[in-house]
Amino acid sequence: MTYSVRSATVRFGRTVALDDVTVEVPAGSVVAVVGGDGAGKSTLLRALAGEVALDAGLVEAPPRQRLGYLPASAGSWAALTVTQNIDFVAGIYGLAGAELAARRAELLDRASLTPAAGRLAAQLSGGMRRKLGFVMAIVHQPALLILDEPSTGVDPVSRIDLWRLASEAAASGAAVLMSTTYLDEAERAAHLIVLDRGRILVQGSYDQVRAGFAGVVTESGQSVRAEWAWRRGRVLHEYWPAGNPPAGATTIAPDLEDIVIALSLARRNAVPS
Amino acid sequence: MLGMRAMIVKEFRELVRDRRTLGMLIVMPLLLLVIFGYAANFYVSSLKTAVVGPQATQTAKMLPPIFDVTVTEPSDTQADAETLLRDNKVDVAIVTGQTPLLALVNGSNLFAAQSAVAALNKAGNQVKTQVLYNPDLKTSWVMVPAIIGLILTFIGTIITSIGMVREREAGTLEQLAVMPIKPSRVILGKIAPYFLVAAIDMIIVTVLGIALFSVPFNGNPFAFALGAAIFLFVVLGLGVFISTVSQTAGQAIQTAFFFLLPQILLSGMIFPLEAMAAGVRWIGYLLPLTYFTMISQGIMLRGAPITSLWLPFVVLTVMAVVVFTGATLRFRRDLAPGRPARPAEQPAVTETVGTT
Repeated sequence: MTYSVRSATVRFGRTVALDDVTVEVPAGSVVAVVGGDGAGKSTLLRALAGEVALDAGLVEAPPRQRLGYLPASAGSWAALTVTQNIDFVAGIYGLAGAELAARRAELLDRASLTPAAGRLAAQLSGGMRRKLGFVMAIVHQPALLILDEPSTGVDPVSRIDLWRLASEAAASGAAVLMSTTYLDEAERAAHLIVLDRGRILVQGSYDQVRAGFAGVVTESGQSVRAEWAWRRGRVLHEYWPAGNPPAGATTIAPDLEDIVIALSLARRNAVPS
Repeated sequence: MLGMRAMIVKEFRELVRDRRTLGMLIVMPLLLLVIFGYAANFYVSSLKTAVVGPQATQTAKMLPPIFDVTVTEPSDTQADAETLLRDNKVDVAIVTGQTPLLALVNGSNLFAAQSAVAALNKAGNQVKTQVLYNPDLKTSWVMVPAIIGLILTFIGTIITSIGMVREREAGTLEQLAVMPIKPSRVILGKIAPYFLVAAIDMIIVTVLGIALFSVPFNGNPFAFALGAAIFLFVVLGLGVFISTVSQTAGQAIQTAFFFLLPQILLSGMIFPLEAMAAGVRWIGYLLPLTYFTMISQGIMLRGAPITSLWLPFVVLTVMAVVVFTGATLRFRRDLAPGRPARPAEQPAVTETVGTT
């Protein structure tokens, strides 16, 4: 089973949030959406979740009963305890009794939240609260799991936990679509999508994205063209879309961050990449 | 000095963007001025009067102008006159055919009754005045039934709208929107606890009112409960409606206040409707509290049966349907899915690498 949005266009007034975007999320794999603020990540996720109406295009998603969604906001009810939050959501999906108790215990254990079961969601740390939101999104074993920046603002250890939980959900057969601002997370996904101002700059597996990247990236202490350069640590990287860097320049193998920035600059500087 | 200037400019910029507060700053003083100017009048200058008994026609002609004779029935008796008063059709009923004349005054309309008693006292021994339903003309007797409505309004609009808007503020509304639960069930599930709390509050206030102020409860408690339930639906619907036009709890409180203030001032609870200028009085007839007060005072003080209170019952029912439907539709739009969820087909899996 593969879920998708096809040729999706979404406008908010005069702003085009999604511009002819096609994304497929196959069952059993994690698809990561990366991009800066305002790239259209949340809109893409919400379109697939059925929360945003498309101006054009088609959405193929499971019925709500089989959809799990973790929004970018808190994702849980602050005045309820961890257990009460899970029970509430489970109740809406019709889970009750021994089945719910077993599922709750299993998920709390997997998310390392068992010791916090009786705590109010408002009293949890940021990472724990995101994990609770995650648990609430998968309590009914959804066929499609949509996670809006699950790891933003979360400590590194909790980030690893969240990634593990997402991988486990995919391994058990769910189609997982997550947005992230962390490119190292995206690199690990089976399929990644780079969005920039409503358009897909590139998509595929990390290897495919690297293989399909045209042009050359150089490294130096001083840029030749400031509008094509960006800082990475102590050095500057610079993109040459036509693959013609000056003689003697140090060419490097671009990582995902370089590729994302280079393609964004290519679009911004209006030169076909 | 420079810093303060920056602060003033920033504050003005924020104020201009906050239309609701700005509206309150400008509209509220005007509203208060107009309301108090035209509505704040305790003196009732025209009393709806019935004259019954053998000399009804002659007596009606002799009454001072303050008595606006709307019913003249020579064949009617004292019992008929009391029915007219109980049904709140008249403020005063004069029973002829006895010396002195008997004037029955509807004490549940406090200020009209006070005006009537003052006017009747001028007639000296010619008239025997008898105040029904509130013989001592106690303010608490007419206020307690109205306050019950005010408390229900408070819970219904302010508390409910805060409870609803909290979901929006926390972003959990978004989660509810993708869950397999109908918007109408979200609304009913959310307001049911407030309905219950308001009902318990109402019982406590009614019982306390009776115990502390000796307010009578002459009518049918079930009719009262029915009226209160319909009224609660109206105010809970208002609360839901307010939550759909507010982004934060602060905005919800502000907006609820807009609805609450006119209900306090113009529902006839404090200032008698019949003493208000016509230009302001019509607003009172648009407010649900006006009709609940008619029901609660009618049932508690006059023991009025539901048949004589059909008008406020019908108006409140219509309001409940309109407000609740409108609020639900607005709420549904907030929760509106971008599309109806449908089962996915099996599309071909294609791995693509491309740039656009």
